[in-house]
Amino acid sequence: MPASPRNRPPLTDQRMDEIIGALLRYGVMLSGSVVAAGGIWYLIQYGTSAPGYHVFRGEPEYLRHLRGIVSGIPGFHCRRMMQLGLVLLIATPVVRVAFSVVAFMLQRDRTYVAITLIVLAVLLFSLTGKMSG
Amino acid sequence: MNILELTALVGLISVAAGFLGALTGLGGGVVITPAMVLLLGIDLHYAMGATLISVIATSSGAAAAYVREGFSNIRIGMFLEIATTVGAVCGAFAAAKISPSILGVLFGAVLLHSAWISTRARRAPRPGEKDDPLAARLRLNGSFPTPEGPRSYKVSHVKTGFGLMFVAGAVSGLLGIGSGALKVVAMDRAMRIPFKVSTTTSNFMIGVTAAASAGVYLNRGYIDPGLTMPVVLGVLAGSVLGARLLPGAPTMTLRRVFGVVVGFLAVEMIYNALAGKL
Repeated sequence: MPASPRNRPPLTDQRMDEIIGALLRYGVMLSGSVVAAGGIWYLIQYGTSAPGYHVFRGEPEYLRHLRGIVSGIPGFHCRRMMQLGLVLLIATPVVRVAFSVVAFMLQRDRTYVAITLIVLAVLLFSLTGKMSG
Repeated sequence: MNILELTALVGLISVAAGFLGALTGLGGGVVITPAMVLLLGIDLHYAMGATLISVIATSSGAAAAYVREGFSNIRIGMFLEIATTVGAVCGAFAAAKISPSILGVLFGAVLLHSAWISTRARRAPRPGEKDDPLAARLRLNGSFPTPEGPRSYKVSHVKTGFGLMFVAGAVSGLLGIGSGALKVVAMDRAMRIPFKVSTTTSNFMIGVTAAASAGVYLNRGYIDPGLTMPVVLGVLAGSVLGARLLPGAPTMTLRRVFGVVVGFLAVEMIYNALAGKL
């Protein structure tokens, strides 16, 4: 069991799950709001244009990487703003895994610190674009 | 059709999918891609990208509710996520190399599997017949609450489950779905984990697995914000609505309806793929 000597309550699996659950709920609410705000602006601006999803062309470069997406914040660029909300959503499970690393550390569970770090590494490897090929 | 109309249609499909997914417990993501491709003529890659992101939304959104019930096993989930995330990255990487026709046929096969799963009744839980020493070493064995107090369980066939999870991850990355059905099969059938623990832990794993593919999808330009927006918001709205109505819903009837819809989509998907229309 977790070694928590004096006043700190032990971080049980149950307590850990509760914190993670709250974290995820707020993450989803935040990203959903950003996507919705960008979406309303997008529909006002482009609602009557013709969509072009029948043929795959791929998104422009600025919507494929974090730097391009974030650079759209000051200009209130609607497509970048929606994409930012989606990136926040993708980040929610990543934050969950990162939090689990800390939680397993506090429980002094070395095996699971290692396991969780492997998962985190794979996620960061994918998200930083090393696999874009 | 202009963007406003398309957004409304995609949003409606997504609300219905999220609603049915929450009520049947099967995850609606798997029907959104074929519906967008077959009904609206949207390119498979854009549809996969949008659906993948919605899978993360439902997984993270539902997690809070599951956590309160105290069923999910975070150690089982984390250990198996090594297999699913590596599988997902491989699958997402392969998705760009494989022709849409082959992806379509694969998608159809996965849909048929989901249809088959959804129309079958749940079996009574079986106790693990032989416990795996690896499960004890990895501290995978756990317990879950029942009205008569906590009941403990042991995990079998850890290696088989781990291998199946790699496959589930690869399918998820390849097709942009959560592949929750495959994850539950691996945990419920192979590892003999109690059904309730399997489904909740699977939900927990789906978001992490999908996030692993999402990076590759984003970098490849599969994720269009304008198309993904109504899918994510629609699925979230639908699943919240579904979860509200869940107590007292005729689950078995709904599962049959869902199974028929999915089966129909599977046949259409395979037909279109073979006819070279994807």
